[in-house]
Amino acid sequence: MLTYKSIQELVENAVAENARISDVVLSDQAKQLALSKEEIYKNMAFNFAVMKESIAAGMNSQSKSHSGLSGGDAYKLRQAMDSNRSIGGRIFTGVLARALAVSEMNACMGRIVAAPTAGSCGILPAVLVTIMEEKKIPEEKAIMSLFTAAGIGMVIANKATISGAEGGCQAECGSASAMAAAAAVEMLGGSPYEAANACAIAIKNTLGLVCDPVAGLVEVPCVKRNAAGAANALTAAELALAGIKSVIPPDEVIDAMKSVGVSMPYTLKETAKGGLAATPTGKSIANNFKKGIK
Amino acid sequence: MNIFDIIGPVMIGPSSSHTAGAIRIARVARMLLGEEVAKALIKLHGSFAETYLGHGTDKAIIGGLLNFDTDDIRIRDSIQLAEEAGMQYTFETTDLGEVHPNTAYIEVTGRSGRSISVMGSSIGGGNIVITRINGLEVEFTGQYHTLVIQHRDKPGMVARVSGILSGSSINIASMKVYRTSRGGNAIMVIETDDYVDGNISEIIKQIPDIFEATSLHKL
Repeated sequence: MLTYKSIQELVENAVAENARISDVVLSDQAKQLALSKEEIYKNMAFNFAVMKESIAAGMNSQSKSHSGLSGGDAYKLRQAMDSNRSIGGRIFTGVLARALAVSEMNACMGRIVAAPTAGSCGILPAVLVTIMEEKKIPEEKAIMSLFTAAGIGMVIANKATISGAEGGCQAECGSASAMAAAAAVEMLGGSPYEAANACAIAIKNTLGLVCDPVAGLVEVPCVKRNAAGAANALTAAELALAGIKSVIPPDEVIDAMKSVGVSMPYTLKETAKGGLAATPTGKSIANNFKKGIK
Repeated sequence: MNIFDIIGPVMIGPSSSHTAGAIRIARVARMLLGEEVAKALIKLHGSFAETYLGHGTDKAIIGGLLNFDTDDIRIRDSIQLAEEAGMQYTFETTDLGEVHPNTAYIEVTGRSGRSISVMGSSIGGGNIVITRINGLEVEFTGQYHTLVIQHRDKPGMVARVSGILSGSSINIASMKVYRTSRGGNAIMVIETDDYVDGNISEIIKQIPDIFEATSLHKL
């Protein structure tokens, strides 16, 4: 049985069995949950199907959230991409648009898969679905890569935290980004070691990111941070796939994320008392919103 | 924790605590009522009170009262669906005192005139704790199948109920009794590995001094 207490454990087990991280996580979870591998795979495939649905819904939606703060941006970006007005092209801009799409669906009370949280739900689907579609990778590989993402996420949750209230946005969008980076590496044929490096690089690049939601809503800056988190996942995966290593090993990076989270003041941990939430505009949005309630 | 706590749950956004958790508290109220809700009074406390409109906590609670699960896409339209179903409801923001910041008090009345009140807190990640039923302090999470029995506090009640359960081969995971005072109103909360079906709870209801026995599916 795996303990999910270190990335090293995942990599060593995969290497020893000459398998992918996803293979060892799938086998282990089948044992731990007392289900067959087929059943576990089927459950994950269902989650992947929901991810694709939320992308499709968000890419075509121009409706706004109840607060009016979010909605319709994925559509705008998709228009820009389809009319060749984008910098990044099908993959990079495609990832950004899909991340916005899912995150906007979340803000608009659509159906999403928390991955690992609702606030960071756009990153993993955006990266996996874009790579699958643009690189013509079989869906089975994308679904399997979710097991790698889940294994990485469990280690982060065990060693540090995936909650914004405990660790800031680095714990939510940072973790999602690390999970997506490792999954992307695996989908594109990288080794378990490269997947672990991608995880480390992604967390390093989001270290210290605060959770400062305007008016306490999962909208500003959350939706756009999902786009940034997805772009960061691509950066980390690209570097790792080229054989670039993280100087600080992944497990030490996760420990650092935990201690940064602990030293972060509570005003920057989902309380809506600091950062963007405490700007004049942020406060005025919050005040107007409260008046609207009463 | 397992992989589906990380990749999952499938839920209606935007917030596991303010949406999914709120749905679950309301579903417990609906299940305890055991019939369609005709009238509901909902009091929201703390962060629920401050941000309920933006997080759709109102739609979540009404959806839960309609017995919708946390991933049911109808949650978004629950207000309209409740009106179509003839449900009357009132939302109030209030201070419920020294309770968790995300706490809701829900009073529901069914078409038969039967009513029940529930207080519960959404404690993160969609997890909840029910803290009061009809004003009596209780504590359960809905993560197990749960049998809630309202009765008079007197000797032998626990033995009689557990006898019926063991006779039906139901394994008890945990059991707790809460009471107002000696000989007063009491509530027994029994968490079980298997769902206690209607036939068994009917037999339990026949025991003298038991007023109500409701079996809740795990959330």
